[in-house]
Amino acid sequence: MNVALVKFLAMGGYAGYVWPAYGVFLLVLLIDWLSASFHYRRLLLEERHRLTWKKAHQSHVSRTLPPPP
Amino acid sequence: MSVWIPLWLRKLAAPPHFYCIAGKLRRWSGRLAVLLGIIALYGALLLAPTDYRQGDAYRIIFVHVPSAWMSLFIYILMGGTALLGLIWRIKLAELATIASAPIGAAFTLITLITGSLWGKRMWGTWWTWDARLSSELILLFLYLGVIALYHSFCNARQGARAASFLTLIGLINVPIVHFSVQWWHTLHQGSTINLFGPSYISASMLWPLLTMTLATKAYYLASLCGRMRKQLLWQERGKHWARRIIAMGE
Repeated sequence: MNVALVKFLAMGGYAGYVWPAYGVFLLVLLIDWLSASFHYRRLLLEERHRLTWKKAHQSHVSRTLPPPP
Repeated sequence: MSVWIPLWLRKLAAPPHFYCIAGKLRRWSGRLAVLLGIIALYGALLLAPTDYRQGDAYRIIFVHVPSAWMSLFIYILMGGTALLGLIWRIKLAELATIASAPIGAAFTLITLITGSLWGKRMWGTWWTWDARLSSELILLFLYLGVIALYHSFCNARQGARAASFLTLIGLINVPIVHFSVQWWHTLHQGSTINLFGPSYISASMLWPLLTMTLATKAYYLASLCGRMRKQLLWQERGKHWARRIIAMGE
């Protein structure tokens, strides 16, 4: 393996502290981002489902009702 | 009140308009955050020289310090929006308070974990009940408390008001976190970078730090816009504009 790369990854002997710190930074922000977009998408799906259900239900009700006089 | 608020601001505060603007803002500030983050990481890991005392372990500063600044910055902003929400009952201010709390909690968590990793190497301990560390932990509990209090109400607006009160009470902790290194004799070092005074850091280390700070600010804006949009759409789901967006899929 490339010597310069190994030296870079070793972080002067502090690799066990530096890389986890950067990893935690990126991971926590990624979780924050993904959880927000997950909740947003779930809201859209749920509400769309509710709206279509409501529409179908309403049209069903109007079909079964007797015609207006 | 409506007399002295300019027309453009009232337009912006109208939910459908805000939803649209926030979507654009989220996209662009998200891209900016990624771009600045990559530049900052490159500078922090490859260009900045090794510290003569701490070796490469000091590189934790480039994620620890911007996160710590954000943890306080977001709380101060939350204090402002909580006040606006409580006094004038501005819905968007309430949304901003609630939407900021998880992002602030994320940055506080990062600060505590990266600080712990740094402390283990430099002080020889993961944790100590020192003034700076304890007050930062209390900050995390305040963020979690705000989130929990909001979710404990069935009515979203009542929950937001209660959470805003807690936010305002918790503001007392902000100066304690900031000045803890001066008021008490602590293990934590004092400020290296000062807004009003000389900074004790070389320029080659300063620029990645400031770039990362800007990246975290842009990230916060993007995440905040995303969370506020979601919350707004949920609260207004009975209204015509929200239904149209839900039906269209964006």
